[in-house]
Amino acid sequence: MKRLRALLIKEFIQMRRDKLTLAMMLVFPMVQLLLFGYAINTDVKHLPTIVFDQSLQQDSRDLLNSLTSSEYFDIKYVANSFQEINDAVDSGKTKVGIIIPPDFSENLKHGRTATVQVIVDATDSLSASSAISAAQLIGQLKSQKILLQKMQGYTGHATQNPYEIRIRPWYNSDFVSAFYMVPGIMGVILTMTMVMITSMAIVRERERGTLEQLIVTPMKNWELMMGKIIPYSIVGYVQVTVSILVGILVFDLPIRGSLGLLYGLTSFFIIASLAQGILISTVAKTQMQAMQMSFFVFLPSILLSGFMFPREAMPLFFNLLGNILPLTFYLQIMRSIILKGVGFSIVWPQVLSLIIYIMIALVISIKKFQKKVA
Amino acid sequence: MITLTNVTKYYGTRMAVNGVSLEVKNGEIFGLVGPDGAGKTTIIRMLAGLLAPTSGTLTVLGAANPEKIKEHLGYVPQKFSLYGDLTVMENIRVFGALYGQSAEKIDVVASHILGFTNLMSFKDRLADNLSGGMKQKLALAAGLMHQPQLFFLDEPTTGVDPVSRREFWQMLFKLNKEGTSIFVSTPYMDEAEFCTRVAFLHNGQIVSCDSPEGLRQAYPYKVLELGTKDRDIKEHLKKCSILDINMFGDKYHLVVEDVTLATTQIQSVLGEMNIENITLEEIQPTLEDVFVALAREVF
Amino acid sequence: MYAVELTNLTRRFGDFTAVNNLSLQIKQGSIYGFLGPNGSGKSTTIRMLCGLMTPTSGSGKILGLDIAHDSEDIKHKIGYMSQKFSLYDDLTVKQNLEFYAGMYSLSEDVGERRIKEMLSLADLEDRQNELVVNLSGGWKQRLALGCAIIHTPQILFLDEPTGGVDPKSRRMFWEIIYKLASQGTTIMVTTHFMDEAEHCDEIGFIFEGNLIANGTPSQLIKMVPGVLVRIATHEPMELLETMIASSFPYLDIYPFGASLHILLEEDQLAQIAAFPYKQITPGLEDVFVYLVKSKRKEMKI
Repeated sequence: MKRLRALLIKEFIQMRRDKLTLAMMLVFPMVQLLLFGYAINTDVKHLPTIVFDQSLQQDSRDLLNSLTSSEYFDIKYVANSFQEINDAVDSGKTKVGIIIPPDFSENLKHGRTATVQVIVDATDSLSASSAISAAQLIGQLKSQKILLQKMQGYTGHATQNPYEIRIRPWYNSDFVSAFYMVPGIMGVILTMTMVMITSMAIVRERERGTLEQLIVTPMKNWELMMGKIIPYSIVGYVQVTVSILVGILVFDLPIRGSLGLLYGLTSFFIIASLAQGILISTVAKTQMQAMQMSFFVFLPSILLSGFMFPREAMPLFFNLLGNILPLTFYLQIMRSIILKGVGFSIVWPQVLSLIIYIMIALVISIKKFQKKVA
Repeated sequence: MITLTNVTKYYGTRMAVNGVSLEVKNGEIFGLVGPDGAGKTTIIRMLAGLLAPTSGTLTVLGAANPEKIKEHLGYVPQKFSLYGDLTVMENIRVFGALYGQSAEKIDVVASHILGFTNLMSFKDRLADNLSGGMKQKLALAAGLMHQPQLFFLDEPTTGVDPVSRREFWQMLFKLNKEGTSIFVSTPYMDEAEFCTRVAFLHNGQIVSCDSPEGLRQAYPYKVLELGTKDRDIKEHLKKCSILDINMFGDKYHLVVEDVTLATTQIQSVLGEMNIENITLEEIQPTLEDVFVALAREVF
Repeated sequence: MYAVELTNLTRRFGDFTAVNNLSLQIKQGSIYGFLGPNGSGKSTTIRMLCGLMTPTSGSGKILGLDIAHDSEDIKHKIGYMSQKFSLYDDLTVKQNLEFYAGMYSLSEDVGERRIKEMLSLADLEDRQNELVVNLSGGWKQRLALGCAIIHTPQILFLDEPTGGVDPKSRRMFWEIIYKLASQGTTIMVTTHFMDEAEHCDEIGFIFEGNLIANGTPSQLIKMVPGVLVRIATHEPMELLETMIASSFPYLDIYPFGASLHILLEEDQLAQIAAFPYKQITPGLEDVFVYLVKSKRKEMKI
């Protein structure tokens, strides 16, 4: 116990002296949250658009109005030829080109199908799919309206829509992507700082030669690990607090579940991340290597955990791969508690997964950490 | 050849070199002597154009901008900086080519230099598999490929075995004879004797700069060498008129002002204590004696 | 029982043999100097003894405990100080000592007493609240020593303890080492400063991983054949050139500070009568010049 105490005191004094790192830990989550919260918006709106309207009738203007009022399309240019549309989309000046044929109005009047061509730059799949679905939706709405008007003309009285589907988005009813992103970013920030801090901390002692001095003392492996895990857990909690405050104050993030539960379960994730870092430090010889290996953890964490892309859409292999990342479980816990307001009875499987993860990582670390220099 | 005027270098808030002024003439073997952390490496790096001073000016071969005269400079850093996974000859070729020499010329110069540094029989060995002394010779050889006028060497003999150390200095001496000026740093005081002039560096400052002989003459005290197996000699001689007692190998150097007075005192004290088998004689101060005295004054 | 007893200790890194069949004994309470150039295997040996590295083959015992199997028990009895002075730069002098007192689980009052003793031993009482980063070489070195012996180890391993400190601090350090030895601590110290070797009771000289000499200084000095003479000169290199050019017979000749050392057979002495020479007993540096040259001839390098 004396040894663990000595290690903890040392770690706290060092932390207090290293003001830059401390400041980083506080500022880092704030900056990241603001950046990602504002910048990552999965609804792509205001796509620059070019229009070649060959019809120039009331009907075509009406269609274009509907398109712009949807906010998905900003009509930036008006073209006078197909070539201009081609050029604008090719050069990336616009993402969308809309071509209305000369017989548009004519066809409508005679009840024939009026075709509108929408050209989408699909290099950016996210904006492309936004544009396509928006255009299709608007097209359907318009045609429905026309059909209804026509029926009214035949029957002489107003007709109801045959049926209507109302979608009620639960949990995030305003579709605010920040709500979905903020818990995710919190998890990502924690992963990055916790993994990197611990892996570097032990390797730094190795590089400076102080580890050598520690190894010749009767210190046990678990004491060294606990000596790092305990102080950095506190750092992790500070970061969580900062993130939640920013979420609430800046993004009006609603916390629907229990804040206490959220804090309590966060400890499992922090320890799991620290264990990951310690695992790295048992292999890495230099801080450079530790850094590279940390990135080896970050990228899959960001890509496969469901932070950026829905895990349901992933091929089975990658989906399973995501299951060995603590972030995957933590994101599910966070989103459940913050956005759905559910309790422990729902998220316990994820907590169990984290505990299993911690046990495995720490056992391997303690076994693998060679009290040797070479 | 080299001038430094009031050169100061800070790393952040830490001062590594503190107002150093120096002048090195053509044809010298100039020794920069001092412990690790005294600022030797920083000064050599500034002269070799790898670091800019924080303040002060320096010129090398008459130029203030080292870029212009790089082809006339040779530099062997403290840490072995050649390619361990290349052979001796491959390393030599790389460095010859870096200075823009033709393949034929490289072969001619290389065979001369490898002969000079006794590395010919190892030319196909990987640099990683050379001993410490041989690595330093290889670094010297690579630095010589472009026949520089002025050669900087940063602690070339630290930790090298006593034989290779001497061989290395013999090479430097030969090079100097052939007209190369040499600026070398070392932590070994005995090597300072091989230089034409020596600057003692301590905590970033030059505490003294002269020829070895001049430094010895400026030394204000006399040195008595005491040989004895007794290890508590400092305690025993407390009351004698001795300014300082320092161990030198298995002997003690006693710093005194009056040789006869001290000698009689020491003999009577040790005689009273029945400490026998002692030798006591006045010797010429070594540079180490000089430096120990200088370092003490600075503290 | 020996403090340290090594039998055919060998360590390989890949196909490079860093330490080759090393056998030696160190008596309790003695100072053993382990000498050799950089890369000769000194640190590797010490690290194996401290349990920081595993030997490839061979065995070693420290106070009767096996270095391969009892390394955890050994740790309570040994102190180790490396050439890097492994201190925490961002802690103060006293905090470093407190930390190591904790790591060795010293009780409150023993710890406090030892910290005081170490501060006085290292002459650091006045600087105990300074950050280590602000200390220069000599101070750091003495603090590192204080940290290494805070638990009063029976054996102290010092790996190049005097690299990077000024001559005055080197001497202060050796005085502390003497004091420790006189109190009964066994000390094994590596160095590449040959003059420091003279302070030791016994000396081993390691060259390219092989122990090429082992004994008391006087035993080692007897290994040098012939007689050694010294010619004082202000220009040792110049004189060396002249002497070599004059091609008189000698066993060896080399510069030595402000002098030349010439090793020759007794009957060759007449050859140098013209020079103001003085016959001297070889120092350890002379011994090692001789040994390295003989070994090189043997190894044909």
